[in-house]
Amino acid sequence: MKILVCITHVPDTTSKINFKDNNTKFDPTGVQFIIGPYDDYALARAIEIKESTPGTTVTVLNVGLAETEPTIRKALAIGADDAIRVNADPTDSFFVASQIAEQAKAGGYELILMGRESIDYNSGVVHSIVGEMLGIPSVSPVMKLELSGNTAKLAREIEGGKEYLEVSLPFVAGCQEPIAEWKIPNMRGIMSARTKPLKVVEPKSVNSGVATQKYELPKPKGSVKMISADNVKELVNLLKNEAKVL
Amino acid sequence: MAILVFVETAEGKVKKTSLEAVAYAKAMGDSVTAIALGDADKGDLGALGKIGAQKVLHADDKKLNEGNILAYAEVLIKALEDEKADILVLANSSLGTPVAARVAARIGASLASNVVEAPNTSSGFVVKKSIYTGKAFAYVELKNPKKVIALKKNAAEVKESGSDVTVTPYAVSVPDTAFKVKITSSEKATGEILLPEANIVVSGGRGMKGPEHWGMLEELAKTLHAATGCSKPVSDMGWRPHHEHVGQTGVKVAPQLYIAIGISGAIQHLAGVNSSKCIVVINKDAEAPFFKAADYGIVGDAFEIIPKLSEAIKAAK
Repeated sequence: MKILVCITHVPDTTSKINFKDNNTKFDPTGVQFIIGPYDDYALARAIEIKESTPGTTVTVLNVGLAETEPTIRKALAIGADDAIRVNADPTDSFFVASQIAEQAKAGGYELILMGRESIDYNSGVVHSIVGEMLGIPSVSPVMKLELSGNTAKLAREIEGGKEYLEVSLPFVAGCQEPIAEWKIPNMRGIMSARTKPLKVVEPKSVNSGVATQKYELPKPKGSVKMISADNVKELVNLLKNEAKVL
Repeated sequence: MAILVFVETAEGKVKKTSLEAVAYAKAMGDSVTAIALGDADKGDLGALGKIGAQKVLHADDKKLNEGNILAYAEVLIKALEDEKADILVLANSSLGTPVAARVAARIGASLASNVVEAPNTSSGFVVKKSIYTGKAFAYVELKNPKKVIALKKNAAEVKESGSDVTVTPYAVSVPDTAFKVKITSSEKATGEILLPEANIVVSGGRGMKGPEHWGMLEELAKTLHAATGCSKPVSDMGWRPHHEHVGQTGVKVAPQLYIAIGISGAIQHLAGVNSSKCIVVINKDAEAPFFKAADYGIVGDAFEIIPKLSEAIKAAK
């Protein structure tokens, strides 16, 4: 089986977010970049399937400029067989989905996994757009994925619970915990990742219909009002009459 | 400008976030049609007229009761055509967001999700969306004539005026291929206030010391008509189910009031709650970083404060 795992290259979850050039560009100063945490779950599940199903190959795909290659190498070190980097700035969901769909068509993958959302733009729509473009189902956020032959049994998180689904290959899944345990690359993985194939392809041109004009940080919070533990009534009074939220 | 609003239901009742979607559309255009799919309360649907829908369609087909994403997308694509609507508005949810993406990709619409306020149409059509898990916003121009807008909670204020409208049945024929993903079963908390919908959320962290202490927290939540949430460690340890995990990699909430008890306030947790209007932090450690992000704080023993708070709220009602 051929599995495609799409990964994002995003600021670490503890990053402080700043913008530059008059709030038109993300400022990467001092920011550490990682494989998107949800993508990491997708990758881990793909590697588990590869380990239990002989003849499975895992290809990782990233839409990004050259700076994302260390992140892609990390995915190879975790256990993917090869990688594709679409050489473009991932400007928006539709653009990224179009590039993924293009590569997916060419590669004939039976299972396309990715995170439920990227943790930078959080749109949570790329898996669905890819599914629509390829004319195949998409399911997200997937917490459990068990394959048996051509059929998959999935659990999907919904508001206040879970939904259990059955779907035939091929399909796209947006993943989240606890679909698999994150994998940490070992020394052997890191060494072999250096020589695994990483193909760089140019993007197809796309009219995505959206343009980001500028960014903005939230207004800073005012200072906290402390209330004595002996005076819980005062808190209720403030919530009711000052904050007006009760 | 004709706008179609997809109205989502839970146990047949129209979700609060869908009311906001109707209010959002009303503030934006002159012709608003709302559509509900599958099982829905007729009274709730008619009442959408008060919030701004001129017309309410109901595709009351048993096949649509389960919220099948592919099928919902087909129905909405058809309804957009029939209503000659160029804009689809809906609330972000585990159903709404993927449906929005499918519809947008099919009809060639500009798509934005996690939209937080009314569009600015003074030059083009620009929406403000939440990014970096609430740590920032982006202003995005939607350039195509067709647009699909998925809203984050609190993107519009629901105000009632006018009167109910008659609900029009909407006949659909959905191809079998739209049911390729079979929903075999589901587990849903019934009768509870859903976390992403709640106006008030009461969350507990490791400071609650164990799942056996959640009774008092639930009692407080009940008094406030609030949903209960928890921090990541609490869900990781299995004290509470995963769908209650609030934070960067869990549920992102935007209630009027968020009460955090025994949660220190790691940046990943704050990312899931920073859109809340008012934050109360109760923690025994005065140095807990969460206090910096709070509006009101109490330093003290959660097990003493929670029952007192429940009582004070009951007394204030």
